[in-house]
Amino acid sequence: MEGLLTYEFLQRAFIAGIFVAVACAFLSVFLILKRDSMIGHGLAHVTFAGVALGLFLNILPLATALGVAVLTALLIMRIKERAGLYGDTAIAIFSSVGFAVGILFATLAQSMNVNIFAYLFGEILAIELLEVWISIGLAGVIIGTMIFHFRKFMYITFDRESARVSGIKVRSLETLLTVLTAVTVVLAMKLVGIILVSALIVIPGAAGLQVATHFKQALFLSVIVAVSSVVGGMLIAFYLDFPASGTIVLFSFFLFGIFYFFRKEKRML
Amino acid sequence: MASTANDSQVMIQVKDVWFNYGRGPVLKEVSFDIRHGDFLAIIGPNGSGKTTLLKVILGLLKPSRGRIQIMGKDLNEFSQWQKIGYVPQKATHIDPSFPVSAREVVSMGLLSSKKSSRMNKEEEKSYIQRALRMVGMEEVKNRRIGMLSGGQQQRIFIARAIVNQPHILFLDEPTTGVDAETQGHFYDMLGYINKKQEITVVLITHEIGILNKHVNRVACLNQRLTYHGSHAEFCQSKTFKKWLAEGHHVISHQH
Ligand SMILES: Nc1ncnc2c1ncn2[C@@H]1O[C@H](COP(=O)(O)OP(=O)(O)O)[C@@H](O)[C@H]1O
Ligand SMILES: [Mg+2]
Repeated sequence: MEGLLTYEFLQRAFIAGIFVAVACAFLSVFLILKRDSMIGHGLAHVTFAGVALGLFLNILPLATALGVAVLTALLIMRIKERAGLYGDTAIAIFSSVGFAVGILFATLAQSMNVNIFAYLFGEILAIELLEVWISIGLAGVIIGTMIFHFRKFMYITFDRESARVSGIKVRSLETLLTVLTAVTVVLAMKLVGIILVSALIVIPGAAGLQVATHFKQALFLSVIVAVSSVVGGMLIAFYLDFPASGTIVLFSFFLFGIFYFFRKEKRML
Repeated sequence: MASTANDSQVMIQVKDVWFNYGRGPVLKEVSFDIRHGDFLAIIGPNGSGKTTLLKVILGLLKPSRGRIQIMGKDLNEFSQWQKIGYVPQKATHIDPSFPVSAREVVSMGLLSSKKSSRMNKEEEKSYIQRALRMVGMEEVKNRRIGMLSGGQQQRIFIARAIVNQPHILFLDEPTTGVDAETQGHFYDMLGYINKKQEITVVLITHEIGILNKHVNRVACLNQRLTYHGSHAEFCQSKTFKKWLAEGHHVISHQH
């Protein structure tokens, strides 16, 4: 293990990975309870358009991806409010259109090289120093915000109307949560790639929710699963020379299976 | 009723309120006052606009006409929401697998308090403990909310609504699906909250059986307010006699 961490690139990957995993874990619980778990999947695909735009304009793809993801997330939120039940239709439309735009830009950029594939399938072990710092910084802000507001987020998720009557600024907090989700999706994309983001945004919370009896416990278990998946997945990938992204997701699914098996009662997935 | 100088103080004033969801009006020309110390029952059949009226009073819906004042302030200027306790109609239709303990549900009520940011863990604990004791739910505080019975959940939601020591407590159909005996205990608890804690109570229901001994004012709603007055007068009123004639079942609570 000690020898392992002397590899600088691995060290970076671990640190960035753990931060992003914790951010994903917190959001995971809220998104599942809000019946919004597909938002990660949808935004990840839209993010592809952002990445391709960055490559096309030759600016940091992480930056364009963040911009596109945040704007789309806010737009989807608006549509969901208006359309009510048909919100998932909005996600489905945006994710495919976003991906289509991505393909277009990427082709225009004539850079259909490894770069695109790195975004599609993750490149955590090749993450650059600047991106490490951006990831740690943003994930740190997300984690801090979630910890600071978690009780209010819990309240609006559980009983939105009463939260409003309590004088809580429900709309602002929902917007904040939407922005945090978009940023987390982009960060997770660096870790496991566009295709597998939704796994990291859904599986940890789903595992925690199998057994939790109170809210803090659900958050705590989600964090444990997310961090173990990232660390465990990367170690296995390193030793067995597997692709990191796929191994992380499979390992998290394995942990989910354990929680599912040991749950005391039937719950929603 | 403990009679204090505050007895005549108007807590809520509803003036000529109209509301529609887009089609025809659901509320027409509704006007009434709620006074400090009242235990008011708002009764009306399903779909008569009771929940809508409550949501309008609480600022969740905007009336198309009319005015609401809470504690002397216009609704959009009112900001002391910690003084308002609310138990919504759907309180017992919560997602049973939602991972919150009863204690955590009660703690949500403290978030409305401006003082909560300055409240330390010990103070918070004692507020929560006190609210749980008042509804008799201390033993189940660490259970997940979905594991409790409907009646127990309802009490936990009341504990959440009173944890901040509000001045007025609104309950929307709190006894739906609760058996008659439990309802009796439930009303006694509300009576205690009303008299001993001096919290104004507003109870909304479609069951005429709500007219328990603790209620001192009655309002009947069917889009319009068809009756508003004291409990005693209500039992003499035409509305009540008409309801009895129509076969509404009155559960007796004269112990
Ligand atoms: N969100 C809504 N949109 C449209 N119509 C509604 C909505 N909520 C209630 N209504 C209608 O308004 C009327 C009053 O409803 P409500 O206030 O819930 O009655 P109550 O609580 O007395 O049963 C009903 O006819 C109902 O169908
Ligand atoms: Mg109703």
